[in-house]
This record gives sequence, structure tokens and C-alpha cells, in this order.
Amino acid sequence: MKKVLPVFSLTAVLAVVLIALTSCGKTAENKLEIFTWWTAGGEADGLQAMVQVFSNENPGIEFVNAAVAGGAGQNAKAVLATRMQGGNPPDSFQVHAGHELIDSWVVAGKMEPIDFIFTNQMDKFPKGVLDIISYKGHIFSVPVDIHRANVMWYNKKVFAENKLKVPATWDEFFAVADKLKAKGIAPLAIGDNGIWASTMVFETVLIAKLGPDGYRGLWTGQTAWDSDGVKDAIKTFVKVLGYINDNHNALSWDQAAQLVADGKCAMTIMGDWAEGYFTSKGLKPNVDYGWAIAPGNKGSYEMLSDSFGLPIGAAHRANAIKWLQLCASKEGQEAFNPKKGSISSRNDCNRSLFDIYLQSAMDDFNKDNILPSLAHGAAASESWLTMCNDVMTLLVTDKDVEKADAGFVDAAKKSLKM
Amino acid sequence: MFRSKKEFTAAFLSLLPTFIAILIFVYGFILWTIRVSFSAWVGVMPNFTFTWFSNYADIFTSERFQIDLWNTFFFTIFFLSICVAGGLLLAIFLDRKLKGKSLFRNIFLFPMAVSFVVTGVAWRWIFNPGMAGSPTGINLILSQTGLSGLEWGWFTQPAQFLHFHVALIPVVIAAAWQLTGYTMAMYLAGLSGIPLEIKEAARMDGASEIQIYRRVILPMLAPITLSVLIILVHISLKIFDLVYTMTGSGPGFATDVPGINMFEKTFRGNRYGEGAAISVVMFILMALIIIPYLLHSLRREKK
Repeated sequence: MKKVLPVFSLTAVLAVVLIALTSCGKTAENKLEIFTWWTAGGEADGLQAMVQVFSNENPGIEFVNAAVAGGAGQNAKAVLATRMQGGNPPDSFQVHAGHELIDSWVVAGKMEPIDFIFTNQMDKFPKGVLDIISYKGHIFSVPVDIHRANVMWYNKKVFAENKLKVPATWDEFFAVADKLKAKGIAPLAIGDNGIWASTMVFETVLIAKLGPDGYRGLWTGQTAWDSDGVKDAIKTFVKVLGYINDNHNALSWDQAAQLVADGKCAMTIMGDWAEGYFTSKGLKPNVDYGWAIAPGNKGSYEMLSDSFGLPIGAAHRANAIKWLQLCASKEGQEAFNPKKGSISSRNDCNRSLFDIYLQSAMDDFNKDNILPSLAHGAAASESWLTMCNDVMTLLVTDKDVEKADAGFVDAAKKSLKM
Repeated sequence: MFRSKKEFTAAFLSLLPTFIAILIFVYGFILWTIRVSFSAWVGVMPNFTFTWFSNYADIFTSERFQIDLWNTFFFTIFFLSICVAGGLLLAIFLDRKLKGKSLFRNIFLFPMAVSFVVTGVAWRWIFNPGMAGSPTGINLILSQTGLSGLEWGWFTQPAQFLHFHVALIPVVIAAAWQLTGYTMAMYLAGLSGIPLEIKEAARMDGASEIQIYRRVILPMLAPITLSVLIILVHISLKIFDLVYTMTGSGPGFATDVPGINMFEKTFRGNRYGEGAAISVVMFILMALIIIPYLLHSLRREKK
């Protein structure tokens, strides 16, 4: 025993050293390592289609998807942060276009500007989108898809049976909601477990009350958070809370959409991925479910987008650029978006590939005022967003307008000074 | 202590790797977290600018963290009482030469084998209230058995009395369900260690069964109770996975705990400074409980 112990511990130490040494040796293979959280459903199919196009064009490059599954990519973000901080970035990664990319990575000097991808095709992308993906005059990511956040989905049968008109303003909404409530139908379905679904409804109220420019100004400091417009929006939102399903905080957004599908609730305000949910349940657009722009949001296209960027120090930079070119191309976007259930960020894609809702979204996208969504990383940094979500969590329960406004003011003050 | 120098070297060498690993990965990172908690680090890239106590000021003035502390307080009290009382009761019953004793012991102990994540998901289904007219889980049972008056929102209920959020009740039940069996096992071990002679002697002296338990057995179980309390308190102070999968932050942070707050501030909001400050507060709370216990057991060892 006496001799065995030191021998054993020495071997253990040696083993650790050996493992550490072997993992240092990096092999330069012809790979492309992409980091995305598209791992299930339509988005995984869309990614697969795009990868197929990529492999056809670039035979010999091995495509590696370092995906981490999980909702809006919360797990993926933590893993990505570790790799970026450790100086071991993937060749390209999925990130919400806008401040989620800019405030996290661009400001920190971790991303390469990619204006060259857009040379000769700037006119194919709406200016509102280019503004969102740019920082100090340079473009930093390629938006692959565009989702719309300010859409109101409703049950056609419920509206027909009760002879109601789909509300176009918040005043009309309350009139319709009173009638529905009298019939025992919860007017608006919200599934705000994890709070962001409520944040999305609040965004649409902000847009309705402040107008597109006023809303945009909230994120640049031009619109004051203690203005009457914001207070009015908070009050209206609190009033809306009187017309929602009582179990909202136990549900996720898709369970709320199901309440609308079942006719237990009449409407829900949710991004247009809800359409994918309805069709997956066998419901027919314009027969079972209908859609309208959220009350008071006509002329505003509140968008969010998944995009890819180019981290500085990517191991296979040339391959990453090929990938980004594909993401920006008509071919790539046409392969991806119909499957994902989103529209393209380019304005020249083939309409006939998209379904009837997406075609109407494409029309609006080309003429509307394009606004960034808060809840999905486009409008503000993640730090600001989580502070707003904390304020929302308390507001939804205690309905204290003044306190919520003070919370928003504080969050803006902390975030804008940076 | 060591018979030879050689033996000392052997012991020293075999302990060295663990010692170094613990020094770096436990104590090193504790110090590092404390340093981060004094920094202005917001965003994904480290920023070590000293801001002293401003992160602490921010978290202690935030309503969310105050709610977290109250929630931890009430959660700990109820979780501990149910586990200790329930575990003791079960142990006493099982100790009385019950038929099928080992079967019951295993049934009660089994929830321990399940991960907190699984417990959280399962109890989430059980307590999910459903909607008026279409109840689910427990509410469905209540409405089917004609007790629909007892249906309510469970963990979706934002109501509170003197800082106690009623939404915590289902969480306490789930946590206690998982760990009562564990306290029972601890007490069973303690009970089997009490020599029969002592009980018999008490009986000879004319003590009733209840008196035997109150005056003889319970005092002899005191060291077990102390260990149980320490283990449960440390679980309760740093609880995260069960609450996160079962209810999340809950309505108006009704079921929020410091662990969830820390996770969201750090990894969702990239507010590393504040996240670290919350961890340090959790660490201090834990130390206030654990250190006296360690000192106590050290002193006992010396004797």
C-alpha cells in the first residue's frame, strides 16, 4: 500500500496533464461550425433545406451545427457567451437582429462588419431592416427571416356567431371585449408564463399610443418614459388585463393560442409564429382563424428577426462568409422561410412559395413603418429587456401604474447612459 | 500522527490534487465572484471597474429581491417543519414493527431518487389549475368529487398575506414530498440506534408510551434533527431547479427565489455584477447557518 499511493496519484496527475495537452492541438479541417437553436419543427426543416443548398454549392465543406435546444435560445446564449469570452467563437451564430447582437457583441468589439455581403444588393432590403442591423454606419448581421410581432389572431366563428367586428383600435377593442365578456368568453388570451407574452401585448399598446416615431424614440432616449403617452399606455394595458383568461400565468403562448382555437377565448396578440401553430393543428386560415393588425398598430410593422454575424477570430472565416452570402441570397431565404413560417428580409422573393397570411405580411412589410420589437431583442439590450420584464411581472399582478412607470424610467436611465 | 516521513509524503501527495482543485474551483471562484459583485460588469464582456456596493444597493432596493428574501424565509420555515414533523412521524410509525415495513420505507424514500426537475414538472401538471369550466389536475379531482368550492389558482394565485405568497404552498408541498422520505430515513436510523434497554428501563419506571417518546427518544434524536435541519436549510436557501421547472418566477414574483433571480440577472440580462451580488448574499446566508454547525461539530470531535 505504501508504494501504491504515490504511484497512483502521480498517474492521475499525468493523465490530467495529458488530456489537457491533447485537447490543445487544433486541427484545421474544412468545416463550417454554425451555432443555432433551430432544432425542432419548421425551423429545423428550414435550416436543413438551407444546409442542403449550402452543401450543393460547396461540396467538401463539413457543416457542423453546434445547436443547443431550448425555446428562445436561453441555453444557447449562455453557451455562446462562454465560448465568445473564452476566445473560441463558432464560425457564425444565430442571434436576434438589433440590440441583442449590437449591445452584446458589436459594442464589445467581437464582431466583424459585413457591409461587403450587401454590396450591390442594398436595394433588396428595406431601410428599416438595415437600420436595425447597423451600428455606426456598418452592417453587422444578415437577417435570414422576418417575423411580425404585432398581429392579433382571432377565432372567426366566435366573431361571426356574436356578430362582432374585429377591433381596429383599443377603444373598439374594449367595446367588443365587453360584449364577449357578457357572453362568458374571455376576450383576449395571454399565455405569459415567463412574462414575455405580456411584454409583447404592452409593446403593441405603446405603438398604438405613441405612434411609430414616438415608440422608436423610447429606445434612443428621444421619447421620455415618464411622458403622458407612456402612462396612458400603461393604464390602457392595465385595463386590457381585465379582459384576459384568469390562468394566463400558468400558460405558454401556444396554450393561449389553443384557447382561441377552441373558442374559449376570442383573440390573442402574438407574433406570427402563432400561424404555424394554428396550421399544425389542422385549422384553416380565414376559415377557422383570422388575423388583423394589433389594435391601433395599422401602418406599423413591428419586427424581429433571426440573423447571422461574423465573429472576429472565426476558425473558418472563408466558409463563414460563404454561409452569410447564402443567408442573404434569394435562394437561401426562399429555401428557409416557407418552412419556418416567416417572410424573407429580401423584397424580391417568390410570393407563390408563401401561404396566404405570409403574402399579406409581405405586402405590409414593403410599405409599413418598420419598428423593432422589445421582447425579442431588436429594440433594446438584453439587460434593458430583463429590467422591463421585471417591471411587467409586478405590473401584471399589482396593476400599479405609477410604480411601473417609475420602474421603466429607472430601466431606461440605467440602459441609455451606457 | 504519521509513523514515518514516507507515509506523510504519500498522504500529502495523494491529497494534493484534490486540495489544489478545491482551492481553485471552490475558494478561488468564491473570491472571484465577490470581486465581480463589486464591479460594474453589465454586458457579456467582463468589466472590472470598481463600483463598491452599488450592485448591493441596487438589489436590496429592488422589489423583486425583497420578495425573494421573504419567499425564501417562508419557504424555509414551512418546508422544514413539514419535512421534520412528517419524517419523524413516519419513522415512529415504521419503527413500531409494522407489517410491510420495508415496503413502506422504500415507497416513502423513493421520491428522493427523482431529480428536482422531474418533481417540478410532475407537480406543475398536478397543480396546474386549468380554466373556469375546464379544470385540470387537482382542480379536476375537486370538481369531479363535488368539492368545486375548493378549486383555486394554486401557484397562479398572486394573493399574499403579510409577505407570504399563497402561491408558494404548492411548491412547499412538492419539495416536502421529495424530502420527507429522506428525513424519515435519517430518523429511522436514529431510532434503531437507541438501545432497547433504555426504553425498557423507562417502561419499568412506569413511563407511558407518550412520555417515553417525549422525554427519552426525542432528546436522543436531537443530533439527528440538527443534521436534518442543516441539510434541509441548505437545500432550501439555494433551491432553484424545482421552482424553476415548476412555477418559474410566478405571478408578481410570488414564487421567485434568489437563485432564479440570480440566474436571470446574470445569464439573461447580462448583469453580471448584480448577479454576483445576489450569489454573495446567498453565500453569506448559507455561511451564517453552516459555519456555527461546523464549529460545533469540530468542537465535538476534539472532545
